[in-house]
Amino acid sequence: MSVATQEATPAAAKPAKKKTRRGPEHRPGLNRWLPYLLLAPAVLAELLIHIIPMVVGIWMSFIKLTKFFIANWSAAPSAGLNNYKVALDFNNAVGEGLLKSFGVTVVFSLVTVALSWVLGMAAAVALQPPFRGRGIIRTFFLVPYALPAYAGILTWNFMLQRDTGAVNHVLNQLHLSDGRTFWLIGSNALVSLITVATWKLWTFAFLTLMAGLQSIPGDLYEAASVDGAGNIRQWRNITLPSLRPVNLVLVLVLFLWTFSDFNTPYVLFGTAQPPAGDLITFHIYNASFLTWNFGTGAAMSVLLLIFLMIVTGAYLLVTGRRSRRA
Amino acid sequence: MRLRSLVAAVAATAMGISLAACGGGDKNDSSGGGSGGDQTLTYWASNQGTSLDNDKEVLTPVLQKFTQDTGIKVNLEVIGWNDLQTRIQTAITSGQAPDVVNIGNTWAASLQATDAFLPFDGDAMGAIGGKDKFVATALATGGKEGTDPTSVPLYGLAYGLYYNKAMFTAAGLQPPKTWEEMVTDAQKLTVPAKKQWGMAIAAGSYTENVHFAFINAAQNKAEWFDKDGKPTFTGDGNVQGVLRYLDLMQKDKVANPSNAQYDNGTKSVNDFATKKVAMVINQNNADSSIVANGMKAGEYGVVPFPAPAGAEQVASHVAGINLSVFKNTKHKDAALKFVKYMTDATTQTTLGKPFSSLPVLKDAKPVFTTDATEAATFSDIYNTKSKPLPLVPAEDQFESTVGKAMNSMFAKIATGGTVTADDVKAALKTAQDQVAAGS
Amino acid sequence: MRETQGFKIYRGVVLIVLGLFVFIPLYVMITSSLKPLKDVQGAFSWWPSNLTLAPFVDMWKTVPLARYFVNSTIVSVSATVFSVAIAILAAFAVSRFRFRGRTAFTTTVLSTQMFPGVLFLLPLFLIFVNINNSFGLQLVGTRLGLIITYLTFSLPFSIWMLAGYFDSIPRELDEAALVDGCGPMGALWRVVLPAARPGVIAVAIYSFMTAWGEVLFASVMTTEANRTLSVGLRQYSTQTNIYWNQIMAAALVVSVPVVIGFLLAQRHFVAGVTAGAVK
Repeated sequence: MSVATQEATPAAAKPAKKKTRRGPEHRPGLNRWLPYLLLAPAVLAELLIHIIPMVVGIWMSFIKLTKFFIANWSAAPSAGLNNYKVALDFNNAVGEGLLKSFGVTVVFSLVTVALSWVLGMAAAVALQPPFRGRGIIRTFFLVPYALPAYAGILTWNFMLQRDTGAVNHVLNQLHLSDGRTFWLIGSNALVSLITVATWKLWTFAFLTLMAGLQSIPGDLYEAASVDGAGNIRQWRNITLPSLRPVNLVLVLVLFLWTFSDFNTPYVLFGTAQPPAGDLITFHIYNASFLTWNFGTGAAMSVLLLIFLMIVTGAYLLVTGRRSRRA
Repeated sequence: MRLRSLVAAVAATAMGISLAACGGGDKNDSSGGGSGGDQTLTYWASNQGTSLDNDKEVLTPVLQKFTQDTGIKVNLEVIGWNDLQTRIQTAITSGQAPDVVNIGNTWAASLQATDAFLPFDGDAMGAIGGKDKFVATALATGGKEGTDPTSVPLYGLAYGLYYNKAMFTAAGLQPPKTWEEMVTDAQKLTVPAKKQWGMAIAAGSYTENVHFAFINAAQNKAEWFDKDGKPTFTGDGNVQGVLRYLDLMQKDKVANPSNAQYDNGTKSVNDFATKKVAMVINQNNADSSIVANGMKAGEYGVVPFPAPAGAEQVASHVAGINLSVFKNTKHKDAALKFVKYMTDATTQTTLGKPFSSLPVLKDAKPVFTTDATEAATFSDIYNTKSKPLPLVPAEDQFESTVGKAMNSMFAKIATGGTVTADDVKAALKTAQDQVAAGS
Repeated sequence: MRETQGFKIYRGVVLIVLGLFVFIPLYVMITSSLKPLKDVQGAFSWWPSNLTLAPFVDMWKTVPLARYFVNSTIVSVSATVFSVAIAILAAFAVSRFRFRGRTAFTTTVLSTQMFPGVLFLLPLFLIFVNINNSFGLQLVGTRLGLIITYLTFSLPFSIWMLAGYFDSIPRELDEAALVDGCGPMGALWRVVLPAARPGVIAVAIYSFMTAWGEVLFASVMTTEANRTLSVGLRQYSTQTNIYWNQIMAAALVVSVPVVIGFLLAQRHFVAGVTAGAVK
């Protein structure tokens, strides 16, 4: 099936053949090199695409990489901490812009994650007991996730147009608005962004939670029913605690995805992104490519990375501690 | 095999890094044929026609003729405007660049600052036919004042005020000669009952917006940068100029608030071509779009975009496309020959019509339209009523910061807010700070 | 859970609301792709009054969609094959061996999931350029460069998911194979992989979708020759017009293979995600 496997097999398997009689885990000396061989391709790929570029990126954040130097960037002078100072000086226009963008992104991710989780949970619970057509509905709900991101976002962009869009048309038909709302500029841009991101993400939450629900034994519910617990109490006392491990991972993954979401603002707004839709990765992209200041852009990316690491670390620490106590 | 090249790639990376860190690396040799006498130039062309394919169709025979004449092959890639700037940036950064490239002429001074492009000094300029063949203002866009330009004009463009003749006749109006007349006419032609508006403006496009910030401020004799290249965005003339343009939607109400979402000129031109609006201000390459969208050539007229009575007669910036040669080209002579060929009278005439461009050569006649009045109007605007955008390295930042500030202000107006002169000043101050921090 | 009256009402409401939320954009996409340009430029209407298939014909001409399709297919399929192969080997090591650096590896790989793409976009580009300069291996503007990049994007999640899956396969099975004289690789090949097929399929789908939908790197790393659909679709906004009907038609055509593939294999995907998440 895979080139890599076949190539790796003969070399790795031979020494193993001679000696082994027990499970692989119990043979520390025998295959000392095998796991490393197995990991090598993954490590190399990660090094090339993730680790080394990240190191270079960190290095870039310490040099003055403006348009005067990008053609010959070994000549770029060291900037010391200057790029960071500019990015973090919130009294100055650049720092203020970054701070605003950060604020928008925090709101965006919190709301999107919360909404996606609630919708995913609502649908997963609704589809928990079997009924006719469940499979079809479940499949249908997965379509937004299966769709390539840009295809879905482009459709939303079309729907959110002011004069020709479906959204205003619907709101007008329902007499909820005069049908002349702007969705892609002004403060509504954030609402649009959240809607579009949720549209795509909730189905992932649904998928994961549904899978988690299937692993809860049915007799737990039966026992609870006998005890007279209603559906809501069953959900609180059985479903929610059972899904805890799934939820822990799900929420973290959703958060990391939304916080560094680039596709949604990029495809939805193009070059005309409004301040209310200025998500942080897009902000950094613009800071780098629009103003040619790759040093400051790199510094902003590093700050973003540090922030995500702190949040993730704290999250794992807090949730880990709590589950140990529980 | 793939696995092995992957491994090779990773090994290479480690070394590549050290190269990048200490040596800067040699420039690549991938962009051309490299060896022997068989020369191939790589040429990145911008999107001038109705589609990328259309550009290719138009350019291919022209390039073939060049190959016949000189034996130099040209490898053409047409790049959309969405991608062109990023592609040029990455080319500069990596040194993995084409030989010859099209640039928006407003970027010229910014790109010059990267030091990645060949200056057209005495020799190079001589090789392409001498600087005297170009319209002086057009050539001035090639780089910072007082330096050897790093780009030369290829296609000239200028803004004009397009008006719908039938609508003007029906309302008993004459095409406007001053800003005030334009606003009055536009108000008379704004008929909500018919869903007709006086004007369409691309108020969501930061590049369009910044052009009008510039032109309106220029009419007020205001500058955006001082002699030392320091931004002077908050001057009174700048603020009033910006506000005057914003007021088309805010106070005068002659433009549909929907325009705040028009993120490129195409949308406003479409409104004009489909007769939803009476006027639109656009560059002369709007002609092909207008016709493509159903309006006939005789149905519209063009006058210069008017200044307020008594103000400076600036109707446009010197717009257009320039040609640049990458400094690290392996085929300098061939590249210069190519530039010479693209800017000679015959090629200019061949390309002028399909790309709706104005000639950048002295004494050349515009061929983009058969309408003699329109041709004369645009020639007059281009040659006598145009001013180059600031020729400073920070020009690109001026475009993005001021342009985006105007996007936001239009958005605020469209969604029911008010923008006062103080708001404009504050927004321009922020833009100015961003530019100052970035340079 | 009991199907009380209350639950049935709840289910009805949830399914209708979410059904509409999912359905409306899909409906708009499909119907708009069947409208002439004039109609998509005017006010929105639910039903196309002038049905036409023209957008599906014209879209191949406005933009060289067929070429982008081929590019996307080659890039995504190759990235998937390599990513899955590499992930299987790594996941097997993580799941079946205790070795020095195991935790460091899993932590590092997982944490790369949180690297914002913008951070390594430009550095990666420069590294590719340097590889080219030093070794003549052309990575920028070629499919190979995209393949290498994309295969890594799905790697962390794939390894994690597969390791979880492998963990759920009883070790006794491996040991039986070892007793039969297979080496560890034989055990992987003959026992673990067949048992983990759903997980492998899930990972493959995930990798393919990641590559097929990527926008940011494609926007910088592609030239006309290797441009993928995610960037190519933007070209329907030309200097003269925005061909909304063709955009919708192209978006539809581009989505169909992925959506069908995903939906056919979604059972495995669900199982794979669970195995990873519940471990």
